[in-house]
Amino acid sequence: MTAADRTLPALSLALQVFLIGGWFLPDWAQSLLILAFGKGLVVLGLLLLIRTGLVSFGQGLYYCLGAYAAVSASKILAFPDLMSDALAMPLFGGVVAGVLGLVLGFLLARYRAIFFAMLSLAFSMILYGLLIKMSVLGSSDGFNIDYRTLAGIKLPDGMKLYALYALSTLLVFIATACLHRYLRSHLGRLAPAVRDNELRVEYMGSSVRYVVHVNYIIAAVLAGVGGGLVALSIGHIDPDLAYWTTSGEFVFVAVLGGTGNVAAPVLASLLFEWIKSAAYQYAPYTWQMVLGITLLLVIMFLPAGLWSIFQRRAREA
Amino acid sequence: MNTKLPRQLGFWSATILVLASAFGAVSAAAQENPVKIGAVTFLSGAAAGPFGVPARNGAEIIVEAMNAGQLPAPYTAKGLGGAPVQLAFTDEAGGTTKQVNEYRNLVQRDNVDMVIGYISSGDCLAVAPLADELKKLTVFFDCGTPRIFEDASYKYLFRTGATATMDSVAAALYVTELKPSLKKYAGINQNYSWGQDSWNDFEAAMKVLKPGVEAATSQMPKLLAGQYGAEISTLLTSHADVVHTSFWGGDAEALILQGAPRGLFQKSTVVMTAGEPTLVRLGSQVPDGTVIGARGPFDVFAPDTELNRWFRKAYEDRYGVVPSYPAYKMAQAILGVKSAWEKAQAANDGKRPSEDQVIAAFEHLSFEGPGGKVEMALGKGHQAMQGTAYGIAKNAGGKITMVNVKTYPATKVTPPDGVKSDEWIKSGFKAGK
Repeated sequence: MTAADRTLPALSLALQVFLIGGWFLPDWAQSLLILAFGKGLVVLGLLLLIRTGLVSFGQGLYYCLGAYAAVSASKILAFPDLMSDALAMPLFGGVVAGVLGLVLGFLLARYRAIFFAMLSLAFSMILYGLLIKMSVLGSSDGFNIDYRTLAGIKLPDGMKLYALYALSTLLVFIATACLHRYLRSHLGRLAPAVRDNELRVEYMGSSVRYVVHVNYIIAAVLAGVGGGLVALSIGHIDPDLAYWTTSGEFVFVAVLGGTGNVAAPVLASLLFEWIKSAAYQYAPYTWQMVLGITLLLVIMFLPAGLWSIFQRRAREA
Repeated sequence: MNTKLPRQLGFWSATILVLASAFGAVSAAAQENPVKIGAVTFLSGAAAGPFGVPARNGAEIIVEAMNAGQLPAPYTAKGLGGAPVQLAFTDEAGGTTKQVNEYRNLVQRDNVDMVIGYISSGDCLAVAPLADELKKLTVFFDCGTPRIFEDASYKYLFRTGATATMDSVAAALYVTELKPSLKKYAGINQNYSWGQDSWNDFEAAMKVLKPGVEAATSQMPKLLAGQYGAEISTLLTSHADVVHTSFWGGDAEALILQGAPRGLFQKSTVVMTAGEPTLVRLGSQVPDGTVIGARGPFDVFAPDTELNRWFRKAYEDRYGVVPSYPAYKMAQAILGVKSAWEKAQAANDGKRPSEDQVIAAFEHLSFEGPGGKVEMALGKGHQAMQGTAYGIAKNAGGKITMVNVKTYPATKVTPPDGVKSDEWIKSGFKAGK
């Protein structure tokens, strides 16, 4: 590791570039970026899990829960004002996801490898199955949602999209910066140690299960907030958010980006959404193949993900 | 001093530049003359074979003939009032998240003049508010959920296909007329919105038409489960006179191929509300006596008009199969747009009409499709009303024909404007209050 930490300055620079640059982007590009940022948050949580040696094929659980939580709360708890707020909804989604992560973590923190992956997948499919059967929540058709305010400030029509864009950019910045700090904290540094040798971590007097549990909750919160953001940007939610292919897509993006840096998942998510959109436009019949070939190429030539390009360059420099 | 910072700065700005140019490069220059239509149907996945691809084929046939001025009357004018039409196809697969963004891309990046598409009700619900937000004329051609115009109203959105309520209500009417003494009925439907809504409507309609006759069983297997052995056993032991199913695509084929050898179709009268595309694909394998619906007066139920004869011939010549109902519904949507466009153009002294003028002409429009007359009578003139038909499949020497065909006028199987479908059924099909 180099002595100077360049990640935080680079992140704040990126924040400024995206905040200002976004203003000049057309609506559809802003919308695409919000989607990429929202999903990037989920993948950021996956990065933390992968660094701990765990692959979750069920982040769709928290992603979907985050999206449904805010809306259901506005229906059931009757906070229509608070729950039509673009800031309050994703944060509430994150809180609900975190609480479920805390509960499920007690069970999942005991499992590793394929057992962890399959259990996490199972839980997300349980949520999917429940939602499909609930006609109150629109079953597979889902329902529409909307936001009118941001942190209590009423948004004029022309500002709605940019406000959400700015919010998602800011949230991604805060999340990446905090996670970067966390990874360099005592607890954060235990993550790769757990992956490498659990026994040694226990001998050093740290609790492996505690590390896994905390990281699992952080990943859940990130997925919940991401789900909330995506739901607002799309304006519609349905149980597909919890389907295993959605979770699989997050793993795809995590592999695409690599775990070298907290910026990698966000960059990979941007690239992924852009490739997907371009593939839809230019290859409407074979867009799935384009995505598949991209992943194959990355795995073959950049096994440590896209971020390894920058790491290699930094080492050579 | 950190010497690496300029390098980072260079990297980030380069990334932004690449992203920005990539986004910018693809925004096509808007052309003045042709009318660009974004067409969205399933091109991949389970719904592509039975629905998406026939719909795409239908669009291609109609648009090519339209641009060449070869359509029969009253659609003899070239293109849309003389302006040629370009189709840009997009895949509907990928879920609502993807579809909302792709809709935005079609409208804001590719600058299409209008969007015609959407088979999945979930996609329709997700795209609907965006049509009004982006102020772009959008026509749904197939999706069935009545929620779209019953729960909200839109200015830029139209649907030229009738809602799914009609399918189940007409099915209930048909089987009660066919079997006046029926004692028990059962259902097998896929466990997602389409299947749940279809069964709920059918059950509610049966309760009104045959009070006291109870549902023996309602099987709700998973969508695309593929294996229905257990469900077929339950249906067989339920001794139901009538089995209702809204299965489509591979599931419908699987039900026939697995149910027919076990006698399900002999023991009970199976009514397939969306069975017509299966008829096209399975042909003579469809068991005798199966009640088939086409979600409207399409294909085997289509009227013998010049337009229909032309459409069937053109489609069969090119694709080697008869057009199934998605092809009809797509043709219907495009011809609806053509009617509205040319009506607006006539009112605009023959000049190319504006979007608002087309919308004004589209509202409460009545036009002719290959399936017959369509009236935009519901949802403040934005939702089509159309009759439907059911018939019994009869295998005559390897060729399936329809016998005992009954047609139902739109007013008999659709609620009046402003009345919600489920309430209308429960009230005993009463015309508006």
